[in-house]
Parts: sequence; structure tokens; C-alpha cells
Amino acid sequence: MIRLLVILAAVLIASPGWAQNNCVDCHRELEDETLTPAAAAFAEDVHAKAGLTCASCHGGDPAANVEDGDYSRAMDPAKGYIGVPERSAIPGMCGRCHSDASYMHRFDPNIAVDQLAQYRTSVHGQKLAEGDAKVAECASCHRAHGILPVKDPRAPVYPTQIPETCGGCHAKAEYMSAYGIPTTQLEEYRDSVHGEALFGRGDLGAPTCNSCHGNHGAAPPGIDTVSRVCGSCHAIQRDLFANSPHQEAFQSMELPECEACHDNHATAKPDDVMVGATEGAICLDCHTEGDDGLQVAASIRERIEALKSALGRSHELVERAGRAGMEVSDAEVALIDANQSLVEARNLVHSFATGPVEDKVKEGLAITKNAEEMGAAALEELDFRRIGLAISLAFILIMVLGLYLKIRQLEGSGEGGP
Amino acid sequence: MSSPVFERTYRWLDERLTLEDLLAHAKEKAVPQHRYSFCYFFGGATLFFLMLQVMTGILLLLYYKPTAEAAFESVRFIVTEVSFGWLIRSIHSWSANLMVLSAFLHMATVFFMRAYRKPRELTWWTGAVLLLLSMGFGFSGYLLPWNELAFFATRVGTDMAGKIPLVGGYLLEFLRGGEDVTGATLTRFFGFHVAVLPMITTAFLALHVILIQRQGMSVPASVKGEAGARRGMPFFPNFFLRELMGWGIALAVLAALASLFPWELGEKADAFAPAPAGIKPEWYFLFMFQTLKMLPATLFGVEGELLGLIFFSLAGLLWFFLPVLDRSTEERRSPLVTWIGIGALVFIAVMTVLGYVMP
Repeated sequence: MIRLLVILAAVLIASPGWAQNNCVDCHRELEDETLTPAAAAFAEDVHAKAGLTCASCHGGDPAANVEDGDYSRAMDPAKGYIGVPERSAIPGMCGRCHSDASYMHRFDPNIAVDQLAQYRTSVHGQKLAEGDAKVAECASCHRAHGILPVKDPRAPVYPTQIPETCGGCHAKAEYMSAYGIPTTQLEEYRDSVHGEALFGRGDLGAPTCNSCHGNHGAAPPGIDTVSRVCGSCHAIQRDLFANSPHQEAFQSMELPECEACHDNHATAKPDDVMVGATEGAICLDCHTEGDDGLQVAASIRERIEALKSALGRSHELVERAGRAGMEVSDAEVALIDANQSLVEARNLVHSFATGPVEDKVKEGLAITKNAEEMGAAALEELDFRRIGLAISLAFILIMVLGLYLKIRQLEGSGEGGP
Repeated sequence: MSSPVFERTYRWLDERLTLEDLLAHAKEKAVPQHRYSFCYFFGGATLFFLMLQVMTGILLLLYYKPTAEAAFESVRFIVTEVSFGWLIRSIHSWSANLMVLSAFLHMATVFFMRAYRKPRELTWWTGAVLLLLSMGFGFSGYLLPWNELAFFATRVGTDMAGKIPLVGGYLLEFLRGGEDVTGATLTRFFGFHVAVLPMITTAFLALHVILIQRQGMSVPASVKGEAGARRGMPFFPNFFLRELMGWGIALAVLAALASLFPWELGEKADAFAPAPAGIKPEWYFLFMFQTLKMLPATLFGVEGELLGLIFFSLAGLLWFFLPVLDRSTEERRSPLVTWIGIGALVFIAVMTVLGYVMP
């Protein structure tokens, strides 16, 4: 512990920003639940590392001589001391630097400086301006002291931490009761295909809350903009949907585009069952038995199932040949191509037309057939090898038997025998 | 045999080379008969596998391309497109392993029968060199298909050579043709495999066989009485026919292995890919690899791997110079060498099994 303190002291003395920061020296000594942890946390703060002091936000004079115990010299309002800032004042206070491009570019020439402007357009920003002190401001997500860079995995705004950070308020039913919005988003997100990618596989490219809602300008996407939000990643599906008959129909029915079938926070891994006229198909939510749309859905499903089943058979055949030790890498490459056709055919479901899906399925079936033929040829070759082996073994054994008989004959007759 | 053409050819050769002497030697050559006579077959079996290696190796050379860009593809072409290419490659790989196994068994039988003692020291030394050469063939040939496993195993194997004090750095660069395993390594391993090693092997093999012909087969002291009581088996044709029978059986086993378990090709080597899990060398290097892996990072203040390499180098030297170190004679027997041999065999067996079992 003493060693730790010595190291800490050495670090503090060595840091030019800290040399003049009497606030931290005193506040760390105070056994105060609010003041002491804040002063301690500031050591790791990105601002402290950039040379800023407590006074940068709270004002006052961190270099004032307070040895006589008169702390008012350090916390003098005449020197700009504001104490704990009002929540409503925090965005403006942070924005004083963060919206100043020429100041911020000293630290990072590529840093964004539009956070405050965006925040003011957000639901949080608007409610704060209306006097609602419960909504999130800068410190709610970034913390007040001990602010870490966004790229630090420990930061509450790091991709894997964001759902919990937003859920810190949005998952609390009591806290959110006044706003009349659901509080199940975090729970739903966790089990969604996106949540599984983020938490399960640690895929930092997986969307989190801010990917769809924005961060500083956080707002729920409207019905018209959902497809643009999802389409920023799922571009092919978005374009197909925009040119499909569903585009107009959804608009007239005021249905959110992607969300209507895939849900929003609880987006599940898509399943072929979702398409078609059988139980579990989402199409049945709007379409009725016998209508044109349902027939198209049934025909799309039928084609996808045909490719899946052909692919499964071919896969089994090639795998069997591979297990038997045959070289089937060409067939395996063909199967990868065929699988790609299946993926593309599934994407083409968003055209909600049979033609494009059918064309892609035909392409996939042709590749699958080729792979299947290669697998069958490998198995035929295997049979040929086994028969060849049996014949060769028979010849070899006859030769060995012949040699044995010759030895017996030689040694039986006594000629050259031992 | 008695056709006029054959007789005329024989006479023509006999006039120039005096074949009578050779024939007389062949007629007189006899193999001692006792309860360990089966051990005499291992040398011949090794020779049989070597002949197969040469034949299949030459056939593979017709299509193989020794560059990092084309090696894998050319081997793939051999096993998928060339008629019976799969069989030739599979026999080459299986036969290589069986050759090392058979050479090792041959060495072990010679060791336990104490056949290395005077006057057969030179036979032991040439045999020891041949065993090391066959391992060199295995190590260099393993890389030639340029697949992932071979690439990383070669990297690990050459890394070990690089740890040898003083000369390690030079040796590593000599083996790899640079700092890392690259196409340059493949090209020189190919050169070692098809030119350098065969040339040296031919010379040592000729010497080894001539020495055996000159000195005859050794009879272990424990069965001297038994061998003396029985007439030696004529090499031609009795022993030779038996050897041929053994070769036939070996060929049958080899054909079955090559057809039913064709040697895998794996994935093409990619220097930038992460090393796949469970990289292991060929089974005959596994006991050394496993021992080095199990040694602690430092032992008595010295790097563990380095100590392991020193241990194996010393053990190798003891093994090589056994004929001059083993002072026992037929009259003054000492079980020490036998016990050391048994200990070494148990150690090799345990470490090899651990190498396969442990992750």
C-alpha cells in the first residue's frame, strides 16, 4: 500500500497538470462520500491526462495557497468557482470546449465538435431544455469524473457497455414511468441476433442502441426512417424492399418497414419459416388464404426449400467422400458457392417477387448439381480403389503363397536346406 | 536361366569381370539360424521401402513443382488429376513412415544383439548415419506439399535447430534460406530431399551393404551355441525367398494403407494465418518435441529447451559412439547397455504416446 502511495505521489508530482491542482490534494484527504471518490477518479480521467484541472469545469483557483486552512481562496466565486454545476448547465459547460473546433483540434485533429448541437436535437436535450432534470446529459453516459476515451473497453460508451449504460435508465420501469415508453428494450436486445453478436461473439461491428438511435442526437427512428436506419448496414435488403410492392403498401398502412417483420430490439435470426403460407409465416399476419401475395410467398418458400434440400443432399455426399479420405476440395468450394446462392436467394425474399428468387435458386441448383456429381465421382473412385486393392492383394498373396510353397519344396527336398 | 542368350551374356561379362568370385561368395553366404533370426529381416525390409521411395519419388518428380506458389497446387494436381497419382503419393508417404519404422527396428535389434561390437563398428556408424539421413528425408519431404501443418511444423522444427548454442543462428538461416520459413526454404528442402540426401545415402548405403557382405551376420552371444548347432541358412535362395515373402507382405500392408487411408493434403500454407492448434511433427520426432514442450521455461537458471537439446545431443553422441563406449565383450558381459536401451525405448514410447494424448 505504502509502495502504491509512493508511486502515485511520484506520478502526481511528475504530471505538469497535477502539480498545481490543490483541489485533488485536499479532496482526496476528505472522508466525504461525494468528494473523495470524485477526486480519486479524476486521476484516470482523459481530461486530467490532457492537462486539465478541476478548475477547468468547476472554476476557482487550484494553485491558491490554502495552507492556513482558508479554502475560500481556492473556491472563490470571483475566480469563476461554480461548485457542483446544475444538470441543465452540464451540456453547455462541456460544449464550451467540445464545440470549439480550434480548441479541440489541439488534442485530435479528427475529433467531432457537433455533440452539443446534436444533443439539443435529441429527446434528452429537448426535455432537459424543458426543465426535466431526469433525462440524460453528458455525465449520465460518460461519467462526471474518471471520464475514459470512447475506445477504452472500460468506458461506459464502449460498444459492449452501451446497452447497459442506456439500460441504466431505460430498463428501470419506475424511473421511466413518467415517459410512457417500454422498458423491455435491454432484455429484448440481449436475446436478439444483434445482442448475441455483441455479447456472445464480442463483435464490435454489431449494432447497439446508438447505432440505430444515434448517440448525442438520440431519438427513436420514425416509421419512414426505419429502413434507412437498418439499411445503413443491410443495404441490399433496403434497396430490394424500396423497389418491392411492399414499399407502398407498408406506407399506406403506416407499418414500420423492417420492424414489421423483424421486430426492433428483439430482432431474431431470420428463419425460412417466416416466409410462406404455412404456420409460423409472418406473411399470414396481413395476407389471407388464396390472395396473390400469399401465393408469391408460398412459391418463394418452395424454391428456397428446394435449394436447401438439394444442398443438404450434396453436402452429405461430399462429406461422405471426404471422410473416406478422398480429395474433394473442388466439390467443397462448389458447395460454398452454392451456399452463397442460398444466402443471396434468401436476401432476394425482400423483393417479394418470385422471379429474382427463382433465378438465384436455379443458379444455386446448378452449382449444387456440379458438387453432387463431383462427390458421386469421388465415391465411385473409392469403390474402384477398393476393388483394385482387393485384386492387388489377391495377386500379392498368391505370390507370397507361391514363394512359401517354393521354400517348402526346396527345403523338403533337402536342396539348399538349412 | 539356361537360354543361349543368357549364357552368352554371362560368359561375356565373366571374361571381363570374373563373376565366378561373386557367385562363389553368393553361394557360400549363409544366414545364422537361431531364435532371433527374424531380426535379420528388418534391414532388408528397410531396403525394400527405400526402393519404393526412390521409384515413387521419381514418379512424383514428373509433376511436382518446388515453389511456394505452385507446390500445393501441383501435389493437388497429382492426387486429383494424374492417373494413379493419389496412389503414388500415398505409397510414397506411407512407405516413408514404414521405412523410418523399419530402420528404427533394425537399429534396435542390432543394439540389443550387441551386433555393433568389434569388428562391426563401421557398420553401426554407417547405419546410424543412414537412420539420421532417413529422418532428414522425412523432415525435408514433410514440407514439400506446402500445406499448413507442414509449414508450421517446419517453423517449429527449424526453431529448435536455431536454439543450438553458437551455431544455431547460422543453422537456422541455412535451413530456412532466410529468417523465416518461405518459398526459399521450400526450394532448398526440395534440393536436400531429391539431390543432397539421396547422394549421401547412396554412398553410405553402399558402404553399409559391402561391410555386411564382408563381415557376415553377427550372432548374439546368448545364442552362439544354438547357432553353432544348426547349419546356416543359404542366403540364395532360402533366405532371399523368405525376404521376398516379407516384402510381399509389406507391399500388401502398404497397398491397403495407401488405398484405405490416402495421405491427406490439408490446407495450403499461409504464412500470415495464425498457427493452427495442435501442431505436431512427424511421429518419429514427437518424443523429442514432447520432451522439450514439457520442460519448464527455465531449469537450474538455464533455458529449459536448451537443456533438453543438450540432453538429446549428448544422448545422440552416446548412441553413435556406442561401439567404442561399450567395453563389454562376449566373455565379460554387462547388462548396463541393455538396461539403458530398454530405458530409452520406454522413454521414447511414453513421450510419443503423451505427444498424441496431451493437447
